[in-house]
Amino acid sequence: MLVLSHFLVLGAVLFCISIAGIFLNRKNIIILLMCIELMLLAVNMNFIAFSHFNGDIAGQVFVFFILTVAAAEAAIGLAILVVLFRNKRTINVEDLDSMKG
Amino acid sequence: MITLVFYCLSAILVFAAARVITVRNPVQAALFLVLAFFTSAGIWLLLEAEFLAIALVLVYVGAVMVLFLFVVMMLDINTDSVREGFARYFPVGGLVGVLILMEMILVLSSTFFNKKAENISLDVPLVDNTTALGRVLYVDYLYAFEIAAVILLVAMVAAITLTLRNRKESKRQYPEQQVKVTRAERIKLVDMTSDGN
Repeated sequence: MLVLSHFLVLGAVLFCISIAGIFLNRKNIIILLMCIELMLLAVNMNFIAFSHFNGDIAGQVFVFFILTVAAAEAAIGLAILVVLFRNKRTINVEDLDSMKG
Repeated sequence: MITLVFYCLSAILVFAAARVITVRNPVQAALFLVLAFFTSAGIWLLLEAEFLAIALVLVYVGAVMVLFLFVVMMLDINTDSVREGFARYFPVGGLVGVLILMEMILVLSSTFFNKKAENISLDVPLVDNTTALGRVLYVDYLYAFEIAAVILLVAMVAAITLTLRNRKESKRQYPEQQVKVTRAERIKLVDMTSDGN
């Protein structure tokens, strides 16, 4: 019998995988963006699980808005990435230090 | 039976997510991310969120991941230099991930979250998921819905503006010069004698 904590633990596992992915692939901006997408997926999983087990559909509305914002974020992030690669010929995070950060 | 389906889908999902962060080629990482989105759409179907499961497949797999694949294939990435710190960061990354996972599991496996779904499905009105979601979305959250539409518009304009560039060899029209043109620049009248006969 499935209970709420099954889905919450699954979301937690996804979230921790994406956190570890941000640590492991800190040179590669594309994988970092993919890890952010995975994190948002984990959050959406929690929202839908709570929405189902509490019988409240407002959680699914929030997932809808998160999907919207995530799509906008991916579009702008990839546009920035394309411009960055066009100017500097690299996507290595180590080389992106022209602002002395 | 549903529990078995859930465990199969979860195993595929966790495997795909782990491959996303460990695979060498970014194209393969994007494809594993597509697999992760498909399986989580299946899990959302188990949770009776049919509209969002379809929207996840359409929006993410159909649009966002195709965009990712386009960008990954357009950029000529040297995968070796991008990946050189992987083995060095593996212990600390794995340690942080496992620590956070242990803490979350300790919290989430308490009896507070052992909530079953069967007591709530009786008083829910008999409409399907899309109808119920649409009623809430277009009535209670109309203002937020319009803001989300504006966010999408702004993102589209921003993405186009960022990547637009004027190349020298491309030919284009200049409407502001076209409307300022006068008759004298286009037509030249020549006086000629008519000596036809």
